[in-house]
This record gives sequence, structure tokens and C-alpha cells, in this order.
Amino acid sequence: MPTIVIDGKEYEVPQGENILEACLGLGLDLPYFCWHPAMGSIGSCRQCAVIQYQNPEDERGKLVMGCMTPVQDGARFSITNEAASSFREFIIESLMVNHPHDCPVCAEGGECHLQDMTVMAGHRDRRYRGLKKTHRNQYLGPLIHHEMNRCITCYRCVRFYKDYAGGSDLSAMASHDHVYFGRHEDGKLESPFSGNLVEVCPTGVFTDKHLVNDYTRKWDLQSAPSICPGCSVGCNTSPGERYGKLKRVHNRYNPDINGYFLCDKGRFGATYVNSEKRIPAVGRRSKDGLFDAIDSSQALTDIAKGLSTSKVIGIGSPRTSIETNFALQNLVGQQNFCTGISETETALVSACIEAIKESGAKIPSPREIERCDAILILGEDVTNTATRIALSLRQAVRNEAFNMAEGLQLQSWQDAATRMLVQDERSPLFLASPHATQLDDIAEGIFNLSPSNIAHLGYSVASLIEGKKDDAAKKTDANDYGNIAEALLKAERPLIISGTGVTDTSVIKAASSITSALVAKGKETYLSLIYQEANTLGITLLDQGQGPSLSNIFEQGENNSIQTLIIVENDLYRRAAKHKVDKLLQAADQVIVLDILDNETCNQADIVIPASSFAECEGTLINFEGRAQRHFPVFESKHPCRPSWEWLTEIGKISSNKNMLEWQCFDDINKACSESSSTLTGINEVAPDRKYRVGGRKIPRQPHRYSGRTAMVANLSVHEPKQTDDTETPLGFTMEGHSGDRPGELIPFVWAPGWNSNHSVHKLQTGSEGELKGGRSVVKIESKKLIQSKQQVKSVNQNNDQDHFIAVAMYKIFGTGELSSQSPGIIELCESESIELAIEAADKLGVSNGDGVTAHGVNGTVDLEVKINDSLISNCVGIIQGMPGAANINPGEGLSLTRSENWVRRSEIISSDQLGGKNV
Amino acid sequence: MIEAFVSQIRTIWRILLHSFTKAETVQYPEQKPYLAPRYRGRIVLTRDPDGDERCVACNLCAVACPPDCIALQQGTREDGRWYPEFFRINFSRCIMCGMCEEACPTNAIQLTPDFEMCEYDRQNMVYEKEHLLINGTGKYHDYNFYRVSGLKIDGKDKGEAQNEAEPIDVKSLLP
Ligand code: SF4
Ligand code: SF4
Ligand code: SF4
Ligand code: SF4
Ligand code: FES
Repeated sequence: MPTIVIDGKEYEVPQGENILEACLGLGLDLPYFCWHPAMGSIGSCRQCAVIQYQNPEDERGKLVMGCMTPVQDGARFSITNEAASSFREFIIESLMVNHPHDCPVCAEGGECHLQDMTVMAGHRDRRYRGLKKTHRNQYLGPLIHHEMNRCITCYRCVRFYKDYAGGSDLSAMASHDHVYFGRHEDGKLESPFSGNLVEVCPTGVFTDKHLVNDYTRKWDLQSAPSICPGCSVGCNTSPGERYGKLKRVHNRYNPDINGYFLCDKGRFGATYVNSEKRIPAVGRRSKDGLFDAIDSSQALTDIAKGLSTSKVIGIGSPRTSIETNFALQNLVGQQNFCTGISETETALVSACIEAIKESGAKIPSPREIERCDAILILGEDVTNTATRIALSLRQAVRNEAFNMAEGLQLQSWQDAATRMLVQDERSPLFLASPHATQLDDIAEGIFNLSPSNIAHLGYSVASLIEGKKDDAAKKTDANDYGNIAEALLKAERPLIISGTGVTDTSVIKAASSITSALVAKGKETYLSLIYQEANTLGITLLDQGQGPSLSNIFEQGENNSIQTLIIVENDLYRRAAKHKVDKLLQAADQVIVLDILDNETCNQADIVIPASSFAECEGTLINFEGRAQRHFPVFESKHPCRPSWEWLTEIGKISSNKNMLEWQCFDDINKACSESSSTLTGINEVAPDRKYRVGGRKIPRQPHRYSGRTAMVANLSVHEPKQTDDTETPLGFTMEGHSGDRPGELIPFVWAPGWNSNHSVHKLQTGSEGELKGGRSVVKIESKKLIQSKQQVKSVNQNNDQDHFIAVAMYKIFGTGELSSQSPGIIELCESESIELAIEAADKLGVSNGDGVTAHGVNGTVDLEVKINDSLISNCVGIIQGMPGAANINPGEGLSLTRSENWVRRSEIISSDQLGGKNV
Repeated sequence: MIEAFVSQIRTIWRILLHSFTKAETVQYPEQKPYLAPRYRGRIVLTRDPDGDERCVACNLCAVACPPDCIALQQGTREDGRWYPEFFRINFSRCIMCGMCEEACPTNAIQLTPDFEMCEYDRQNMVYEKEHLLINGTGKYHDYNFYRVSGLKIDGKDKGEAQNEAEPIDVKSLLP
């Protein structure tokens, strides 16, 4: 490691860094704007100036930009030198010349990098007396608010949006000091990563629109370390609450997973927690069909009584924690516990687990994905099903660029130079999908194929890799797919991506055979398989294929052998055909539903119990890599909800369930779960237990500046209530406690003196994309411990008549998720269509966008709203998962379609974003 | 010893002399003392010269308050202005330090020369916005935050605030 001298002191710094990075790593404060730890340097803002001396005798030195100057052994620098500091002060003064007088009404205030840097650089008084430049704002959709006056032209937004995230609809426009950062016209920012602008922009130009209209400063937010429940990636988040409402979600740095960026579903899709649809109390259906609020302990006693005398089935859920599912499994017994995942999906998950075990490949974290240098995606629409991974893939194709740069001894942080050098050279990425995807723009080869043909492509590539080129068929394969095999073989770290999204087990098997072939060639091969929900893998591992499948439950229902049905956080109408679920819920004598938001299943229940959301309880989720992670309660809900695992444990105790009698707290459940099977061993080590203290102190959820303690609830009583003691976690609902180095999984928010924005995270890191100083526990379930479910599924009949179409599953980042799609802002972005048709198919049926078609499938007929997708291959129709009616069709099945005659088109709904429109 | 004795005597003599000076005590409450306008008493929320609520719900007063006795929630009005949906001061906690007034960037929150706010019931010391908001500008008559700020509100377009130039035409390439 080179040794450099800064202001007379010697420091050892990592090779290859620039001075700015090195200074921040050493804990020295140096102001900056355009540099970003994940995006490198372009040297445009001139804020990070330091003095560099030529040799030990040099007294004057020269001014250099810290972010553009590599460290060199023996080099001498000065931050505090008068010339450097006055230069920096002058720079910030000129950046601030046109800055509006907005801080009090700016949603960035209090976590504004510009405020921090202004103070740090020492600029105090505005000397400029001329007229300030002004700009008009744009309407950028329901998620992001635009206030262009505040821009300091650091170019970070476009560098993130276009260069890093591959967006095309945000750019720098106009010339000289008229430069404008926005879209070519008003409209929603199209990139699914647009929300990161809120954190990437060092000023208040881009802010969270939901927050702007119900604003709370960062110092007033109560936060806890959390995990995004939106998909199977498991990004780390830091949701903030005030007055019992979840106000916003910010990124929580995890070097393995999300790094500095989240997707828009994670950032904006959590405010369903404040929804009006929250179940308000424990309710029992009365004779008139409405629910009466009842005493919860009476309800629990009644339920417990029912348990001992009747046949009980419990249906769990892949969208909630391991602990909740484990509690349910213990309550009803393993043979009566169903994962609540549809038949088709269970088979796919099994195939994935089998693939992981057989292929011998490594399962990469999103960070490791970024290092892979040849990628083949088989069927999975990653941008819609595991959005954060799409961003990692966009970095992975840059490996070619970094290699070229390295050849010229250009450091990887030399962003502009690297991009200029490589132009459009990319590491190879191949995509096979039945329709166009949002990654097409970075793909070297795109194969528009039906799922079964994707599988064929996979097998062909596998045999090409294996080198079996005997028959003629292989020759045509080589023509078509030879370049894929070649690229994978040439790569140092090839990556195959597939998942349950394509709903064809043979595709997953094909992915597995390619990886096996590569492993056999001695390659360091990676295999990434995507699941559809936050805990799909977790619940499958918990079940181990022992419990009944959903269709088995339907059969039991038809034989009238179910007396009590407990459904936990699962809307069955989204999992299976309506008539089947109807029958089941009617057949059971008593249906008990625990859930967060009201839904169709709740409407059919006899007893409904309000469950806590992810932001109000702790729980462990297992992501697509098998990594277990814990989310902690951010706040106490004002609803009478409790975590599902708590309700279930209570019922278990009343009915003297001997396993559950000993469970006193979350840690007990967690420990029991860890001990229950060898697969889940270790999930209690995911985060420190409730007794964890640093110097006898808990970790505060509130910043030390949290205001209003003696007035927040003074309207109810002037006698301040004692702060709730959090006996379940090492965190406290308080501003007092330990806020120094903490384990990564216990960092509720980041702050450091002088650094109020999220940029303060560098004070907690070792190096700019490095590990957290407080350490981090990484619990990953080893592939060899994965247990496959034994369930086998009959393959669905594929009728390939001419009128027949093959149903393929399609996903939407906004809309497919059951809960996220109930968040304000996202609601507006959800489309209502349920089926996508190729143009030819639509022409044949004589339908256009918004019309209805009747689909005749295995489960009878259902009317669906049409959207035309010109990229879809013509014998496939896309069934958009999570949309009305979509659950009536099994992906993979053959369908015939007719135009629906009595379909009523919805009147066009105009976006109701009044404030967004008005403030422009 | 002698010194101490003399000192005692001198003190007694001085106290005695006070019997002949003018009394400072006033017959409160019949007689009110003079309190300067900047006296730090009961807090009010004021209006700007145009008669609109001054407070923009920036939360700076709340964070400056040592006993944390201010709580509020921001909202955005139809006309684009930020305002406090509720604004609460718990006067049973307030120490009349004036930090809130000092922090306020809009001159909205001001302390007034009124200290007579005793209550038998402490709950009555909790003031909401309707109790705090007065119909005037208080001590500072001219300041109107929205005339200075760059935020667009109804009646003040971009470029119409003090010292602002016309909004830039992005499509123009002229210098
Ligand atoms: S961007 Fe920062 S400095 Fe500018 S008005 Fe907003 S909070 Fe103030
Ligand atoms: S909008 Fe923000 S990120 Fe973009 S150039 Fe301006 S200040 Fe920088
Ligand atoms: S005067 Fe002091 S104690 Fe009273 S509200 Fe203002 S800041 Fe708080
Ligand atoms: S500091 Fe002034 S403008 Fe800001 S919230 Fe308090 S009273 Fe309102
Ligand atoms: S951070 Fe170095 S020039 Fe902008």
C-alpha cells in the first residue's frame, strides 16, 4: 500500500484510489459533489481541490482535483493549505450564486449534501447581488418531484440515470449556463431506478414526491434497519416513520447486495403500510355478512378450542417471514402446513433448488454479478421480477470496459475517460425471452422464443459447450447459438440467469445443464435463479416438500375434510383460480385469516386478525441467494395489529402446543426454527439477539436531534408517556444509546458530524465500496444443504392447435406485487390490463388496447383486459401476474381466445397527480 | 477580626439606607410593568404582510427547541405553499428561551411580551395552531418569505421573486 503525506502526516492508503477517496477513507473531510463512490470521478465540480507538492522541497505546490489525482507512494498533499481552502470556498460560492432561498421549503433540507458542503467549505455570506437564474420545473410522474432552480450542475443525475442505470429519458439540455436536467417533455421518468435520483442528486432538485407532500425532516424520522419485502433480492432499506406513518424509504448500504441503490418498487412501494385498507381490529363475521370487532383474547381462545377438536389446515405465505411460517407450521403440524405457493410455482422452485445442487455453480450476490463477464439470461424478465439485479447486470457488461481501461493503466474510477475509450464495447450478454425486455439495449444477442424453445436454446448451448458436435442438428445450433457458447467459454466468470418467472421447469433444467457444462470445463461459473417473492425460497426450505400442496388442499376441501382453515398473509385469489378458492373457503367450517390489508380472501373469512407489516415487526427473509436477513420494527403501529408469529404463538399457547409453550419472544421462535432443521441452521445468527448491548446501551432508532418529544402527543395528554421499552430487539424507540460503530444489520440510519446526508455512510465504511467498520453477519444457506421439495407436478396439457396460444407469465414492477401496488404513487403507475397479445393475435381477434377477450383454459373461461405488445411472439399470450383474473390461468397452459362481446371498456382515467401538476 | 466587624456594620448601614429609596415593586396585577417588545413571553405564529400564514412548516423551530416542546406536520396547500397541518406547543414545557424565534427563517414564530398564561389544569397549556396564529405580522412587519424564495406559488410565478431573472428558455441557444 502506498504511503502518502497529507498536511504533514503520513498515511497508508489503498493502491489505485484517488486522493478524495483516500481522504474520506481516512476520515478526513474534503468537500465534493460530482464524485460518487459507485460512479467514479469526472472532475467537473472542482470542489475537491487540494494542493499537491512535487517533491519534499516544494513549498508552493499546485492545485489539483482530489477526485482526479491517483495516490502515489510518497506523494505530498495538503487539504488545509490556504490556497486550497480558499479555492474551495470560492467554488462553492459560485455554485451558490443562483441558488434559491429555498432551504425551509426544500425536502432535501437537513440531509442536503449541498448544505453540508457549504458549511464545510466555509461559505457564509452571499456577495452576489445580481439577478438569479430561474428554471421551470417538469412533471416527472407521481414518484419524483422536480425543482430545477436548486441545481448546481454537478451532472450526477444524468451520469447515474443514463450511464449507470441505462435510462434514456433524462438528460442535460440547453447550452452554457442555461443547462437543464430533465426530460424532453413532461412525463414519468421511465427508468425503474429513477428513485435513486433522490439520493444521488446532492441538492433538492429531485425529491421524493410522496414525502414532499407529507414532509418530515430526516432528523425527525424514526428508522430501523429493514429489508425490502418487494422481491427476492432482499435489498437493505432504512424506512423512516413519524406520527405513526411510514414516510419514506432510503437506501441502507450493504456492500454485497444493493450497495448505494434501490429500485423504485423498494423505495416507493412500502407506503401501503399507511393504507386505509389496513384491517382495523380483530373481527368476526356476523350473520349479516359484516365484521364485528371482537375482543382479541376471546377470539384467540375460540380459535384454540377449535384447533384441538377439528382438522386444521394452515396456509402460509412466501411474502412474510420465516418465523411467521414456522409458527404456523408448529401450530397446525407439518403435515397440515401448506406454503400457499401455487402448484406450478412450487415445481419451479424445486427445479431451481435441484439446479443449484446439481450444477455445482456458485450463487452470486448482486455485487458478484457485477463482476461476471459473460451473461446468458434464460427467460427471466429480471427488470420486472428482481429489479435491482438488472442494475447489477448493467454494471457487469462494463467489465469489458474496465479491462480495456486497465490495459491502458487507466483507473476504473476515471469514469469519463473510460467511457470515452470504450464507446459501446460491452461484455457479452445474451437474452432469451418471449417478449422484449428492458435489458435488450445492452444485449449482444436477443432471442425471442417461446419458453420451450428457450429451453431448447439452453440445451443446445450446453451441448456446444460440452463439445458434442456430432449430428447435423448441432450444426444449425452452432450457427444460431455458437457465439453464446463461445462467449461463455471465453469468459473468466460466466453467469447464467434464469428463474421461476419463465414458468417452465425445462428452462431451469437447461440453465442447470449449461452451468454444469461450464463447471466441467473448470470455469468459475455462476448461476442466479430468481424467485417471485421475498421469502419464496425460505418457505420452500421450511416446508421441505413435506406439507400438502395447494391443489391437495383444494381436494381436501372438496371432500369436506377441512374444518378449520388458517390463512396467514396470503390472498389465495391471487394464487389459484377463483372457483377453486371459492369452493375451498365455503367448504371449511371456519376460515381464519391473518393479514395486513383487506383483500378478497379476508372478505370470505369468519375471523380476521390484523397482522403487522414488515415495518412494524421483526422477521427473517431468505433471498434468492439463500442469504437470510432480518428486518426490524421501525415503529409501533397505531392499529391493534401484532406480528403474525405473535398471534399464532398465542393461539399455540392457549391450546397447550408443547413446542410453542416455551416461546417467550421472537428470539425463541427464531432459535427453535434454527434448531428445527439442518437447512435453516444459523438463521438466528442473522442479527444480534435482543440482549445485545454496546457498553450497556441499546441502539437508538431516533437521531439525537429528534424533535417534539414533549409535544408530539401532548394533545392527548400533557403527561408524556414513557417511551415503549423494546424488549424484543437490541434497538430502542429513543434517541439515547450507542451510535458509534455497530454491526451492519443494526444501523437504522446514517449520520456523522458535518455529514447529514446519506453520504455520511463513508464514515462507517472501510473504503468507498468497502465493508462496514462495525462488521456484518452474513448467513447464507449453503447449496449442499438445500432440500428439494418432493412434489411433482403433472405437466399441463399444451394444446397446440392453431387457435391456441401458450400462456406465458409476465411481470410488472408496478402491479405484480400484491402489497407494493397498494402504495400511493405506485397505484397510479399500475396498469389494469391482464393479458398481452401480439399484434397478429389481436388483429385476428379484432381487439385493441382496453378491449376484453375471453380466455378458455383449463379452469374454464375468464374475461381479461387486453394490451397489445408488438414484441411478443405470436403464438404466446402474456398473462400479467397479479392483475385481475390472471390467477385463473396457469402459465404454460394452452388457451383459446375469443373476443369478449359484453366487455365494458374502462373510461380513460386521468392521472390525479394534482400537486405534481400544479407546482410546475 | 476588626475588619470583619467593620464590614458587618457597613452592610447593615447600607441596607438601612434602602429604606429611603423609591420602591421598585409594582402592585401587580393591578399595575402592569413595562415589557419591551422583544420580551420573551407567550409564543405566537404570525402572518405575512399579505395576511397569509407565515409558517412554512420547516421544522427548524422544533429542532432548535431545547425541551422539544414544539411538534408540527407539514402539508402542501393547493396553491403550492408549504404550511403546518397542525402546530403544537406544549407551554408547560417551554422555557421561553426564544431559540425557536431565532431559528425561524420566515419570522413566523415570535415571542411576545405576555407572560400571563397560568392554568390550573396543565393540559390547557398545550396550544394548537388555532391558539397560536394571530392576525398580524408581530414584530417584523415587512418580511414575506415567499417573495424571496424560489418556490412557485399561486400569484408568484418562477422568476417573479426578488432578484430573480425570467425563467430560462431551454430551447434557446442564444447566449
Ligand atoms: S438543495 Fe439544499 S441548500 Fe438548496 S434549498 Fe434545498 S436544502 Fe437548501
Ligand atoms: S439536478 Fe442534481 S444531480 Fe443533476 S446536475 Fe443538478 S445538482 Fe447535480
Ligand atoms: S421558547 Fe425555547 S423552549 Fe419555548 S418553544 Fe421556543 S425554543 Fe422551545
Ligand atoms: S421555524 Fe418558523 S417557519 Fe419553520 S416551522 Fe417553525 S415557525 Fe414554521
Ligand atoms: S468531486 Fe472532484 S471535481 Fe467534483
